Amino acid sequence: MKVVVCVKQVPDTKGGVKFNPDGTLDRAAMLTIMNPDDKAGLEAALRLKDQYGAEVTVVTMGLPKAEEVLREAIAMGADKGILVTDRVLGGADTWATSQTLAGAIRNLDYDLIITGRQAIDGDTAQVGPQISEHLGIPVISYAQKITVEGDSVVVERQYDDRYHVLKAKMPCLITALAELNEPRYMTPGGIFDAYKAEITTWGRAELKDVEDSNLGLKGSPTQIARASDKVRKGKGEKVTLDPTESVAYIMDKLKEKHVI
Amino acid sequence: MNLEEYKGVFVFAQQVDNKVSSIALELIGEGKRLAEKLATEVTAVLVGSGVKDLADELAAYGADKVIVVDDPELKEYRTEPYAHALSSVINQFKPEILLVGATAIGRDLGPRVSARVHTGLTADCTSLEIGDFPINPIPGKEQKHNQLLMTRPAFGGNTIATIACPDFRPQMATVRPGVMQKLEKKEGAKAVVEEYNPGFTPDNKYVEIVEVVKNLTDTVDIMDAKILVSGGRGVGSPENFKILDDLAEAIGGTVSCSRAVVDAGWKSKDLQVGQTGKTVRPNVYFAIGISGAIQHLAGMEESDIIVAINKDETAPIFDVADYGIVGDLNKIVPMLTEQIKSAVANK
Repeated sequence: MKVVVCVKQVPDTKGGVKFNPDGTLDRAAMLTIMNPDDKAGLEAALRLKDQYGAEVTVVTMGLPKAEEVLREAIAMGADKGILVTDRVLGGADTWATSQTLAGAIRNLDYDLIITGRQAIDGDTAQVGPQISEHLGIPVISYAQKITVEGDSVVVERQYDDRYHVLKAKMPCLITALAELNEPRYMTPGGIFDAYKAEITTWGRAELKDVEDSNLGLKGSPTQIARASDKVRKGKGEKVTLDPTESVAYIMDKLKEKHVI
Repeated sequence: MNLEEYKGVFVFAQQVDNKVSSIALELIGEGKRLAEKLATEVTAVLVGSGVKDLADELAAYGADKVIVVDDPELKEYRTEPYAHALSSVINQFKPEILLVGATAIGRDLGPRVSARVHTGLTADCTSLEIGDFPINPIPGKEQKHNQLLMTRPAFGGNTIATIACPDFRPQMATVRPGVMQKLEKKEGAKAVVEEYNPGFTPDNKYVEIVEVVKNLTDTVDIMDAKILVSGGRGVGSPENFKILDDLAEAIGGTVSCSRAVVDAGWKSKDLQVGQTGKTVRPNVYFAIGISGAIQHLAGMEESDIIVAINKDETAPIFDVADYGIVGDLNKIVPMLTEQIKSAVANK
């Protein structure tokens, strides 16, 4: 069984976000981590490796620095890391990103592709389903439990008020929720292996069956019209009244805003 | 792609168990507003099995037209048949704008459809406008008019970005639930109903539904709650959370809490709002006895309306509260509950 896991190196937004003077994000000044949902996806793949001896290949797209997350994945137990990096791929939206990753994955054998549901920097949850569309395979998103039965996967798929147990024939793409599992730590032996491991680097030339017009900034249907630091909510009203008046005040406001 | 061919504002009218989801009505309301600016109409796309009767409800909330895709394959939501239904509607009717709810269904369906029809998709929008792109003219670049400008938070809510899709159609957005306004219901309003079935042939992409399990737990996820009644250390004791439970019940809300409350062992972690808990964006957030540490504010300041009750007038929660009340929560909250109860009863 062969599993491909897509991971993304993201700024650690929990550690605070830093901006350049022009208002763009200062990525260089921020710590980076493996995106949490992706890490849960990797852990799910590693459990399939533990159980069934699956071969786990990790793919990332990004700057050369993104190699770090591949080494982290190998230190956790992944077999192989592929870095997709090329100047012409920069500025990609989710369409161009999914085209790029699909172009890379077409070079690989796979039964299962696992991505995180969404990355904490963009929060779009689009790239996984879009990769599956480009590859013509089924997608099961929001996976909270994954098991393999013969040539099929059985997945608990979360919705707002329910979950579905879904069964799909492989090959199939699954997007993982961070709640799926508790990812393992890197092992000392793993870290040693990761340090020595050869990372495969692919550029534009290695992407299979993708047109230039679908890549990078130029291949991105969506364009940024404006970006800005969030406007902090201003102070509202503050009143000091006796309890009865306070309640009357709240009731007025709730009625005014059609809450009650 | 001839962009001129694409006309009208379409919304995906999500239904679950043949009940129209609230987001569908919100999208019709917002779609109508956009359609008026473009001098066009709003069309609801209703996908399911045995759902045709729901068209009147969509009309009552403002849909000018309803396209119904009705097929037994569409009984429960599954990615492939729904993606086939919606992308076939796009190819057939060519809308210039398509709005989908940013729900667990819409965030799965939207990307699959946008990839199939080759257009852009902007996720989790909180504001939509019609305007020029680029917003300000740039020498040597064509400024296009009447574009959909889609605004969304990113980077964990630390930035906001406005996105356009100038060269592809439809301009697609998923829209966060609870943000857009429904129109007032007009009983008896009728829409033009058109049935359309592109044909459904199961293939490898049709996954099998083995089981549908409803209501995982009785507790509402605080991230889905429209109204949160949140308590902090100032509530005083686990027993005293009763007055918050009562308020929540009266107003149809859910109880959540600050980290101090979880650390004290009064409430479980899944109810915690804040940086190390959950990020919530309810319509109304009551902060009761919560001082408002920056980590707490990070998890709730996006709420539409924040009502804070705290006896300490210097508490930082008042910096983000729309309505701040300096006072004793033990006196105010029970009285508020009673008044809400009678207000609801008299409705």
